Amino acid sequence: MNWLLEPLTYEFMQRGLLASVIVGVLCAVMGTYVVPRGMAFLGDAMAHAILPGVAIAYILRGDLLIGAGVAAVIIALSIGFFSKEGTVKEDTAIGILFAAALSLGVALISTMQTYAVDLSHILFGNVLGVSVSDLWLIGGLSLGILLIVVLLFKPFLVISFDPVLAATLRLPAELLRNLMLVLLALTVVVSLQTVGVSLAAAMLVTPAATAYLVTRRLAPMMLVSALIGAVSSVIGLYISYYFNIVSGSSVVLTATAIFMLAFLWKRVRAKG
Amino acid sequence: MTHTPHRLEIENISIGYGDKIILRELSFQVPHGARVAVVGPNGAGKSTLFKALVGILPLQSGRILIHGEVLGAHKDCVAYIPQREDVDWRFPVTVSDVVMMGRYGQMGWLSRPSSHDKEVVQNSLARMGIADLASRSIGQLSGGQQQRAFLARAIAQEPHILLMDEPFTGVDVTTQEMTLNLLDHLQDRQVTTIVSTHDLNLAASRFDLALLINHQLIAFGTPQEVFKQENLQRAFGSSLLVMENGTMLVDECCPGDEEHEHHHTEAR
Repeated sequence: MNWLLEPLTYEFMQRGLLASVIVGVLCAVMGTYVVPRGMAFLGDAMAHAILPGVAIAYILRGDLLIGAGVAAVIIALSIGFFSKEGTVKEDTAIGILFAAALSLGVALISTMQTYAVDLSHILFGNVLGVSVSDLWLIGGLSLGILLIVVLLFKPFLVISFDPVLAATLRLPAELLRNLMLVLLALTVVVSLQTVGVSLAAAMLVTPAATAYLVTRRLAPMMLVSALIGAVSSVIGLYISYYFNIVSGSSVVLTATAIFMLAFLWKRVRAKG
Repeated sequence: MTHTPHRLEIENISIGYGDKIILRELSFQVPHGARVAVVGPNGAGKSTLFKALVGILPLQSGRILIHGEVLGAHKDCVAYIPQREDVDWRFPVTVSDVVMMGRYGQMGWLSRPSSHDKEVVQNSLARMGIADLASRSIGQLSGGQQQRAFLARAIAQEPHILLMDEPFTGVDVTTQEMTLNLLDHLQDRQVTTIVSTHDLNLAASRFDLALLINHQLIAFGTPQEVFKQENLQRAFGSSLLVMENGTMLVDECCPGDEEHEHHHTEAR
């Protein structure tokens, strides 16, 4: 049991573990809206699209998370704007904006004289560098997002499944759709600290895809997905501690391993 | 059921996308509890009319009044069976989840389903003969079963007006029969039903009123009044064939269908 407790004697490990679990759960829950709609691409796009925000915040010596948050919200609302009433298909709008934002981000970064450590942390995460104030920010934002998801469970279900019913029930569909995109964007921002821009999309997609294999209803899918997200975060962090691997990678690889198991189980069951 | 007459008035409406007007200056009135068949050639604007009646497409001019009030004043008044491509079939919901969505308008967005809601859902499932499929994923069902699930949801909404876009196209015989039985059941309950169909025989035999349109109103009234040669000629043009014995044949190719479909009706 000592090997389980030993890492917890370090405060940075306690904070890192807490942050990972929160982010794991949040991403996993939000992913349940992304995966069935075939919008796995969105998470990836969103994660890269916030790069210019981070770069600008870095140049201005501001808080990188706030820069990321502002960029994420702008991108989310732009996607909603361009795909409004089907002018441009949603995935096309995402593709265009994602590439543009990523290019802008790279352009901004290339003007800098030195790439500091901070920036690499944004790309790959730095879960062991989570400060107490970071933890408050992550916890507060996550709680807020999850609360909205719970309160708006039914409207979100209807606009995702059947937009026409949403219209007959007089739901403000466009507003809800934009809100959903903003929540997704904020989720990506929250996960920067633990898994980084490059792996945030994986945390959004992999646990939800696993849950999609084993459940048939949205609410249970969210719970299973959240559990997978939390478990992968804990196991991943221990692996990172003992084998000295980047934590983001070990968390994502753990989630992937669980996905593989579920996939095999499903295959075996379908044949048997 | 309320005591207000379930009346639908269409006053001079024009509908379109941008500059393109699809339906021009349409006016008609449907008394409560009537069964209306909407008939017209492909692209005549049947789906467009339905979308306007539901409130998805804005009107370019005119008004739609339900019970004498402008569309949108009554929240749960209109139920609509959407076309297949509007729905995300991979979404993780069961058949009973789908039907329960029909209750959302009445139960409020924050509250949990009451025992009455659950009962309504059960009865709706049973009426459409899919009670045994309640816990299946919606995506696992056949096309006909999926349509019955959506019909069950529409009943669960307890609407005053039910709109169905081509419910008889591309479904199995059981589903067709159940849909027709449902029309009779809804008439007993004074629910107005508006159904678009290619099947003129069905329109003539199972509906009280027929609405013949082709970008504008051609004729509206009882099927006998509407399905006359000059009206059909105006609606269908060259795809209407008049035989020597007076039988009229409409020959048109449905978009997306591989083979020609023949629809015919006896002229009187």
